[in-house]
Amino acid sequence: MSSNETMQEGKERYKAGVLPYKKMGYWQPDYQVKDTDLLAMFRITPQPGSDPEEVAAAVAGESSTATWTVVWTDRLTACELYRAKAYRVDPVPNTGEGTKTEAQYFAYIAYELDLFEGGSIANLTASIIGNVFGMKAVKALRLEDMRIPVAYLKTFQGPATGVIVERERLDKFGRPLLGATTKPKLGLSGRNYGRVVYEGLKGGLDFMKDDENINSQAFMHWRDRFLYCMDAVNKASAATGEVKGHYLNVTAGTMEEMYRRAEFAKELGSVIIMIDLVIGYTAIQSMALWARQNDMILHLHRAGNSTYSRQKNHGMNFRVICKWMRMAGVDHIHAGTVVGKLEGDPAMIKGFYDTLLDDHTPQNLAHGLFFEQDWASLNKCMPVASGGIHAGQMHQLLTYLGDDVVLQFGGGTIGHPQGIQAGAVANRVALEAMVLARNEGRDIWNEGPQILQDAAKWCGPLRAAIDTWKDISFNYESTDTADFVPTATTSF
Amino acid sequence: MTNPNGIVTQGQFSFLPALTDAQITAQIKYALGKGWALSVEYTDDPHPRNTYWEMFGAPMFDLKDPAGILMEINNCRKTFPHHYIRVMAFSSVRGVESPTMSYIVNRPKHEPGFGLVRQETDGRNIRYTIHAYATDKPEGERY
Repeated sequence: MSSNETMQEGKERYKAGVLPYKKMGYWQPDYQVKDTDLLAMFRITPQPGSDPEEVAAAVAGESSTATWTVVWTDRLTACELYRAKAYRVDPVPNTGEGTKTEAQYFAYIAYELDLFEGGSIANLTASIIGNVFGMKAVKALRLEDMRIPVAYLKTFQGPATGVIVERERLDKFGRPLLGATTKPKLGLSGRNYGRVVYEGLKGGLDFMKDDENINSQAFMHWRDRFLYCMDAVNKASAATGEVKGHYLNVTAGTMEEMYRRAEFAKELGSVIIMIDLVIGYTAIQSMALWARQNDMILHLHRAGNSTYSRQKNHGMNFRVICKWMRMAGVDHIHAGTVVGKLEGDPAMIKGFYDTLLDDHTPQNLAHGLFFEQDWASLNKCMPVASGGIHAGQMHQLLTYLGDDVVLQFGGGTIGHPQGIQAGAVANRVALEAMVLARNEGRDIWNEGPQILQDAAKWCGPLRAAIDTWKDISFNYESTDTADFVPTATTSF
Repeated sequence: MTNPNGIVTQGQFSFLPALTDAQITAQIKYALGKGWALSVEYTDDPHPRNTYWEMFGAPMFDLKDPAGILMEINNCRKTFPHHYIRVMAFSSVRGVESPTMSYIVNRPKHEPGFGLVRQETDGRNIRYTIHAYATDKPEGERY
């Protein structure tokens, strides 16, 4: 271990009593990060008057080996190795004196690989976010990013199917996939629900979807939904000659019940099932193993994430959820739309998409990516853009989100004035016209509206969609924005 | 077929009016610009899970001339005027190594589509078979 003037050694270090975390060895500014270390970066808002380095050391301590007082039993272990090391603390730009925001700091902490059980998101998170968020020493705390070492990634299955194989199975290449969430999300009987699925798929969508809270309620029990939806899927497939799917949500109160529902989905020939983030990390990993074993695409709805990911000073950034979910093994995850009704700064969302899709993600502070990440050939996870988007935004969606995304137009399909099939046609025509134009080298960002108008001349449903939703946009300021503008220079 | 277009809608551009040679050339240029190899495939079995259409020659790894590739497409159209013909692009980049484009450039004049065969099994369960009407006839005599 490197010498460190801030740490006390030997007998002095282990004298009974309370010692500042810095002096217990949790603050090591000269620490050399190892390739096998797991790195975490926290945004810390210290209590007024606290030393930010001491608070960073406290976070490192409490998320690894420390307790509130000195214990001699540390000396029975290779404790220098197991201690997490806060190795860097930077003031957050535009916080502190002279700004509207109280002082915040970015604290970088390195964790020894042996602290974590292989293949377990539950174990990883029990350390990293287990205790520290309630510590009195921090007024607020947010986990901003993590660097997962290749050695640890290799202990995870990763996405059950992955983007590449999903496309091969669906026979759909070179364009975003199209989907829609069945609406109204609650109240339809199985028979009526399947009608919406059939119309959307026959009209031209690739997928229809259950919503996060469609499980097995009094108005529609799950087996009815599965049976009617699969009739709709197969009938639409025969009507179009395309592979079609409906995300059958198997979320339930127990693993036993989820497996039961997943088995039934398989028996009926579904290509895809769905789970909600609220089922928990271990349940998600189990369903990912099941999906790999049963040739099933696994869709994840991020239900609940905004309770802890949206506010900038406390909780955790959604990019960390993206990393954990790619490791946990889901094939789809809702990751923002930029232009729709839900929270999303364009640069931040680009960071989420890169995290899900890249083989290797370089550090990019403007996109909120604080660490370089090698994904060690883990499959790619398809981002899903859902919430308040419509055909008239196709040029923006394609520019911001690229080809590897599922664009979900729920209201934008089912709310079409000429019906659900027409809504689906409008979306598919808008998409294909925009992909064609982009590939031809046209500037779709600027020419997009004209490209859509031209297609609307021969496509009545697109004409109607544009006329209905032409003025709809959701221009609210994002709460989760980058701390660094692209021109900022840093000491990395 | 009774879907809105009345045709098989596989591929990237089946909801648009049939592509002109100029439009096809533009797509070829896009693929070549990405470093992808182009390939021409044809079939008279358009089942959605018929993965392996016949290759009109191997993928053209070494042909970088859009006009030459269009000539291959048109040769295939001349040879199989009543078949489905698609242009595919393949990426050999690590992490992809899979098709990256696929669009139909020729199709039969009349597309009878598919029937859905429902085999009633246990309880209310149904096993589904999608059956292309055209495949009741032998290969090469279907359209």
